[in-house]
Amino acid sequence: MNHFGRIVLAGIASLGLLVGCGERPPIETQQLGYRGTGMEENTNPRLLAELVAKNQVPASQPPADTSGPLASEIYQNVQVLKDLSVGEFTRVMLSMTEWVAPAEQKNCTYCHNGENYADEGKYQYKVARRMLSMTREINSSWKTHVGKTGVTCHTCHRGQPVPEYVWFTDPGAGRENSFVGSRAGQNSAITGLGVTTIGHSSLPYDPYTPFLLGEQNIRVNGPTALPTGNRNSIKQAEWTYALMVHMSNSLGVNCTYCHNTRAWASWEESRPQRSTAWHGIRLARHLNNAYLVPLTDTFPDKRLGPLGDVAKINCSTCHQGVYKPYFGTSMAKDYPELQGAKPMPVAAPMEGAAAPAAGDAAAAPATAPAAAPASAKNLTATPVARVNVVGRPIG
Amino acid sequence: MAEYQNLFTRVQVEAPHYPGVPHDPKGVWSRGLKASANYWLGKIGDAQIGPFYLGSTGVISIICFIIAFEIVGLNMLASVNWNPLQFIKQLPWLALEPAAPQYGLRLPPLQHGGWHLMAGFFLTVSVLLWWVRTYMLARKLRMGTHTAWAFASAIWLFLVLGFIRPVLMGSWSEAVPFGIFAHLDWTAAFSLRYGNLLYNPFHALSIVFLYGSVLLFAMHAGTIMAVSRYGGEREVEQVLDRGTASERAALFWRWTMGFNATMESVHRWAWWFAVLCTLTGGIGILLTGTAVDNWYLWAVKHGVAPSYPATFDVLPDPALNSGGAQ
Repeated sequence: MNHFGRIVLAGIASLGLLVGCGERPPIETQQLGYRGTGMEENTNPRLLAELVAKNQVPASQPPADTSGPLASEIYQNVQVLKDLSVGEFTRVMLSMTEWVAPAEQKNCTYCHNGENYADEGKYQYKVARRMLSMTREINSSWKTHVGKTGVTCHTCHRGQPVPEYVWFTDPGAGRENSFVGSRAGQNSAITGLGVTTIGHSSLPYDPYTPFLLGEQNIRVNGPTALPTGNRNSIKQAEWTYALMVHMSNSLGVNCTYCHNTRAWASWEESRPQRSTAWHGIRLARHLNNAYLVPLTDTFPDKRLGPLGDVAKINCSTCHQGVYKPYFGTSMAKDYPELQGAKPMPVAAPMEGAAAPAAGDAAAAPATAPAAAPASAKNLTATPVARVNVVGRPIG
Repeated sequence: MAEYQNLFTRVQVEAPHYPGVPHDPKGVWSRGLKASANYWLGKIGDAQIGPFYLGSTGVISIICFIIAFEIVGLNMLASVNWNPLQFIKQLPWLALEPAAPQYGLRLPPLQHGGWHLMAGFFLTVSVLLWWVRTYMLARKLRMGTHTAWAFASAIWLFLVLGFIRPVLMGSWSEAVPFGIFAHLDWTAAFSLRYGNLLYNPFHALSIVFLYGSVLLFAMHAGTIMAVSRYGGEREVEQVLDRGTASERAALFWRWTMGFNATMESVHRWAWWFAVLCTLTGGIGILLTGTAVDNWYLWAVKHGVAPSYPATFDVLPDPALNSGGAQ
């Protein structure tokens, strides 16, 4: 082979390597911050088109008649949606069938006893009731994260009874206390749950349990240039790093979507999206503790994780690889029924209404982060409302 | 068509093996007597292999290295439940982690950092003994000890990372894990924890010397190969008796940038660049966490980090409003 031939061969070999290792171009870049800071978002239009196709909102049910008798007056055992008219109530039920019931059982009996619709026998019935309260709380009390876009059951479920992206506490490889080979919660490509580790790194593979269930400290940077007592370790930084990689993966964005990477901790250098994300962490943590953990005993064993824990929420559960679920299209705006309890015509105690002061958009209340886990039976868990100065919709 | 002249050693001269200068063995280990030649090694270096001399330091160093290597490797193998296939498949991810922070400088249980300390100890002994060996061999050959001191500079960085800095910080958990991806993730986490290592001036110096070393190596090697057709690779002879190879090489660089190193001085440049890379790097690591906790804020304090105009709404830290946890 002559000299020219060798160069051509080497060129083809390098191209082959490139194709095997990476993502086929083009990559489009959008500037997000001041020039020179490297704050930019990289997107591949080909992959973006696939993602857009996967994240379309389904057609909404036609609006329901809001007049007429209340569902709670007509039906028995209505605890959460008691403020809705029969028409609205039926609309929600039909929508839930479409959004949540499995493909092979797209009817009422996935949750209901066909003989007696008020019967609480099926676990799906009890779970769905809590999930309705949860959806209303998110839409009414967590505008700091969901803005006016809001969520519906479909945001997570996408037509499946169990959302595609849920997490269980990782049991590890069973060697956490072995004489040799302890992984210390990291350093493996395949975790105890058999899933690939976070971002293909050797970082801790379960950052959800400490941060999205527990309230472990996420911030590791100190506030001063010189040491003044910040004892956070490098290992803690690895856990935080793992959580951040999870967020990046879940939202399909770079670090610079929120941060200026020259000063991760600095809020002055961060985009407003970081504030939304901050509330998102508290939202996921609150929902896990207030809604999902109390349902642990309600679920059958087959729905539980290897440690007997309930399926829980992380950023992927709603976002599914997109910076805003459905690329920001609001599905919830077509569902006023899910926005929060409407004022009842009678001055009865509102059992089952989770949202305080619904409709009061001016002083959008935020709940206290990570409220104490509510009991499964306690349907009146009303979150503490606080006036939040950054309570306007962001981004 | 033109051919590359310098990719391989084109001419291999077969000659009786050269046993080296007389050797005076003091210990139980003496230099081997046998040497052989390897054609393929001769393509890239000297074809002669041996005679070997390890000496006490070499033998103990190798034993200590094997112990450290086995501790790390067997822990990795155990972490995939002794499955050899998984070991190969997951090797880049596997690691031996240092102790958790709560152990401080106490001796942790074996599975929670004890193995890491032990591996670190044997690796350190191995490296230090290999340094002694490098030094002693140079003395035996009546050479200067430049190689040993350059190696010492690398050992300095190694010791700072794995021993000196963890001791100063009061925690073995600050040490680097033994693992392929794990040590890379550690490096990133180190920078994240201490407010961006890129604002550490010693880190900057270290990078200058690292990239500078690469540049110098390319310039020097390129120059010598380019004049090897005039005998330029006989650099030592050219130092004493400058010939046309030296003249052409010097002229090339003076035409290029107005200045040239000499056949001798270019090696001092290279040696200092290489030595300063790890020397300054070690200082930078040593100061991190001990003297400076947040390099970004340090750079702001000293007017190093510029401030950029905001191009988006800047919101306050939400933790301040909600009174919530971090």
